[in-house]
Amino acid sequence: MTDAPKRTPLYDLHVELGGKMVDFAGWEMPVQYPMGIMGEHKQCREKAALFDVSHMGQVILCGENVGEKLETLCPQAYATLKEGKARYGFFTNEEGGIMDDLIVSNAGDHYFVVVNAALRHQDIPHMQTNLDGVEVTEIFDRALVAVQGPKAEDVVGELCPAARELKFMETTLAEIGGVECRISRLGYTGEDGYEISIPETDAIRVSKLFLAHDDCEPAGLGARDSLRLEAGLCLYGNDIDQSTSPIEASLSWAIQKRRKEEGGFPGADRIQKELAEGAAKKLVGIKPEGRAPARQGVEIQNENGDTLGAITSGSFGPTVGGPVAMGYVAADQSAAGTKVNLIIRGKAQPAEIVALPFVTQNYKR
Amino acid sequence: MATYYSEEHEWITVEGDVATLGITQHAADQLGEVVFVEQREAGEEFEKGGEIGVIESVKAASEIYAPLDGEVVEVNEALADNPGALNESPEGDAWIYKIKISDASQLEDLMDLDGYKALIG
Repeated sequence: MTDAPKRTPLYDLHVELGGKMVDFAGWEMPVQYPMGIMGEHKQCREKAALFDVSHMGQVILCGENVGEKLETLCPQAYATLKEGKARYGFFTNEEGGIMDDLIVSNAGDHYFVVVNAALRHQDIPHMQTNLDGVEVTEIFDRALVAVQGPKAEDVVGELCPAARELKFMETTLAEIGGVECRISRLGYTGEDGYEISIPETDAIRVSKLFLAHDDCEPAGLGARDSLRLEAGLCLYGNDIDQSTSPIEASLSWAIQKRRKEEGGFPGADRIQKELAEGAAKKLVGIKPEGRAPARQGVEIQNENGDTLGAITSGSFGPTVGGPVAMGYVAADQSAAGTKVNLIIRGKAQPAEIVALPFVTQNYKR
Repeated sequence: MATYYSEEHEWITVEGDVATLGITQHAADQLGEVVFVEQREAGEEFEKGGEIGVIESVKAASEIYAPLDGEVVEVNEALADNPGALNESPEGDAWIYKIKISDASQLEDLMDLDGYKALIG
């Protein structure tokens, strides 16, 4: 692909705010602003940060029994998702691997779906082909902005009182700055907060209303990555992909009981078998003992020098104050507290398997 | 005492046959916030172009390449506990190594400050 990277409706704002722009999944996005990744990360944990996530795909599904039909592609209980509620899920393939992860909201007269930027081209045809009688419409004229952090309720609530009434994983339509937005209380930082779908023509103006609050600063993709990693949240393409099953990825919590029992989704054979018998490998948190970050691809060995697996996400955790990582290890050696070695640039560095998340999730339930 | 610069964004200040080596402010700014520095030990010899350490920022790891042949004679141990010093004073307190230069003629391949400024624009 030689296409020039695309720009979101907030591009001019990023430039105005001094964002360092990089190409991410074909989009020209700010990796950081002058505050820096560490400062932006801490801003989000302590106050509130605004992220542009407009590169993600926003999709409207209209038709009869959309929830039931989504259950043919996803192992989530979307048929029983109540109006005004959102639920994390994933498309699975016939082999029980994860095609993409997503958020589905029941918006009453339609379903609203958000998918990863890099997989829009896959997911939209996938839904168009397989959701019989459902009109699948990708939205190109709305920005998606995340306001995340313990002060997010104040930042958004001062402009939109209805936002305060939402609980975690609830969604509504409400006016912000005189324009109707879809506002959902969720995010991918481990903090309380919102994702807000805004008409593109008003996106910069509304974002500036949030940023006018003393407790809200812009944050880029760098902080978004370290925040989600500390929160133990998977990044598609790193921690989960077409070959990894939800059970291997420690995502069985995201499959509701009825679906676990009944099956009826792609790859149900493997997923139900792994639910019953366990998977051969498991995604775990890894805490290096030293200061050296363990990056994606670093080999994980047990204390005997046997290979257990590899790191899939690794960075420095600004809130933890040291390196943090996730990776797959053999399931029979995946217990929290297990000592392992990480082979970083040829040298074994001691580390320990730990329970996820690294930083307690702070949702408003 | 003279200071030289490499295309890999290092500086070397030479006093006799010993030199102090670090990364430039420009390099530090490009790396972002440094969280870890992997250094060689005193006594290790190295060749021009060889990797002599790694600097990790929040986002990524970057190698340090030797700008000439030499030997590590002293390591700035302070960077282990305070890698962030590399962002604050990379051309001052946050030097990385004192080295012994094996072949002083290799200094001729390096740039002076004006040359380096031209390189980074």
